[in-house]
Amino acid sequence: MEIYYLWLRQIKRYTRSKSRMIGAVGQPILFLLALGYGIGSLYKRAGNGNYIEFLVPGIIIQTILFGAIFWGINIIWDKQFGFLKETLVAPVSRLRILMGSALGGSTTTLAQATMVFFLSMLLGFRPYNWLLVPLALIVAMLFTFAVTCFGAGLASRVNDFQGFQAINQFLIFPLFFLSGALFPIQGFPKALKIIASCNPVSYSVDAMRHLLINQGYFQLWKDLAVLGLMVVVMVWFGVSSFKKIET
Amino acid sequence: MSDSIIDVKNLTKIYGEHKVVKNISFSVARGEVFGFLGPNGAGKSTTIKMLTTLLKPTNGTIKLDGTNVIEEKNEARFSFGIVFQDPSLDDELTAYENMELHGVLYHLPKADRIKRSEELMKLVELWDRKDSLVKTFSGGMKRRLEIARGLLHHPKVLFLDEPTLGLDTQTRNLLWDYVEKLNKTEGMTIFFTTHYLEEAENVADRIAVIDDGKIIANGTVKQLLALTKTKDLESAYLRLTGKQIREEEVDPNEAFRSRVRSRRMR
Repeated sequence: MEIYYLWLRQIKRYTRSKSRMIGAVGQPILFLLALGYGIGSLYKRAGNGNYIEFLVPGIIIQTILFGAIFWGINIIWDKQFGFLKETLVAPVSRLRILMGSALGGSTTTLAQATMVFFLSMLLGFRPYNWLLVPLALIVAMLFTFAVTCFGAGLASRVNDFQGFQAINQFLIFPLFFLSGALFPIQGFPKALKIIASCNPVSYSVDAMRHLLINQGYFQLWKDLAVLGLMVVVMVWFGVSSFKKIET
Repeated sequence: MSDSIIDVKNLTKIYGEHKVVKNISFSVARGEVFGFLGPNGAGKSTTIKMLTTLLKPTNGTIKLDGTNVIEEKNEARFSFGIVFQDPSLDDELTAYENMELHGVLYHLPKADRIKRSEELMKLVELWDRKDSLVKTFSGGMKRRLEIARGLLHHPKVLFLDEPTLGLDTQTRNLLWDYVEKLNKTEGMTIFFTTHYLEEAENVADRIAVIDDGKIIANGTVKQLLALTKTKDLESAYLRLTGKQIREEEVDPNEAFRSRVRSRRMR
């Protein structure tokens, strides 16, 4: 019951803020258009096939990664402007407070990713097998929940928006660029290949590619194993950080 | 059932080397309006945070309506309501949605939640604005809504941490009227802090003064005046705490909040 209402709160806050809805979908679409058409012809000339097709799974992961991390700002906001205190003095465990909020954040983020998926279909993208799309959705859900918990954990430990922005710049952007979301890892220099293999985001990008366009760099079972591990670690990180908040 | 609803014994809070609250003991009687006064940085807020389960004391015991606040946090949380110094509403929700969420968090049965929300929002004269987003409310309206919300779950004690800070005289008077009404009709115990001494003088049955982490006086207004041989509470208070201005160490969080607040008010 509490979890449902805390979830609902996030949904209401989200649907009442039109700029947030547009902004969150706008960035990935911009990437898709700029890179898709900008690099697409080069990619084709190099004999790699259709770049937009290659790019879409990566852009979906991008939508989720940035959307879910950005959602963490809500926690800072609640912390700074008091609403968090209201929940912390209530007879509800912190685990439930975090789960309700994080599920809400995951839902809105996933809705954005779904929008990006359908918008990319307008640009000609087609998944190679529709039967695998529900599986891709499950991968997207797990990845979303993991990153949301990570964002909540970071937000619990940081006290101002600037600090959160810095983490965004120096941690999330590199994780994204070195994940193979935009460029095939096959073409990376050796050192970057090693980094990409240590980057958990790479495996979710790869899983999405396996399921949506039947291409991949790692094996699918490895992707799923890393994703599973990531969910466990991130939920643990989020919960333990959230429990430590002192007002 | 004992006569005191709040029972604090040897309460201490130490941050690193910094002793903020030093071994204080006091009790508040059932149905009493209790004023907790002290200069900035004296330990008022820290004490309230410990009383309301937000902060774990270094030492000592707190009993709230017979419940051990430190060990049985959740039970204790049902028995008090609190209005914080800073607003703690969700601005993006409507007034009614804020009430609703509070009722859910405190496991109030639905019928009771709906009925009492209406009663309380009428009491603080916000019923006709129930579907407005809180961000469209003035400071006084927000404070009234917070009082209504804090009372929703039938608490036995209401904590008010500087409830009238930044409000105009009219709103302040109105607010104390509500509080006195609640105290009379529901027999609710009120524990409040304020920097407006005439307010404390008017409404408090009993007052404790805390300075430098210690309680330096505790009694009725009359007793405090007699103790200090003064004519009004302000003189008594200054006699007790001295005229020196306190330099409070600023918590970076707090500094950030007040910066944003002042920007929003412009």
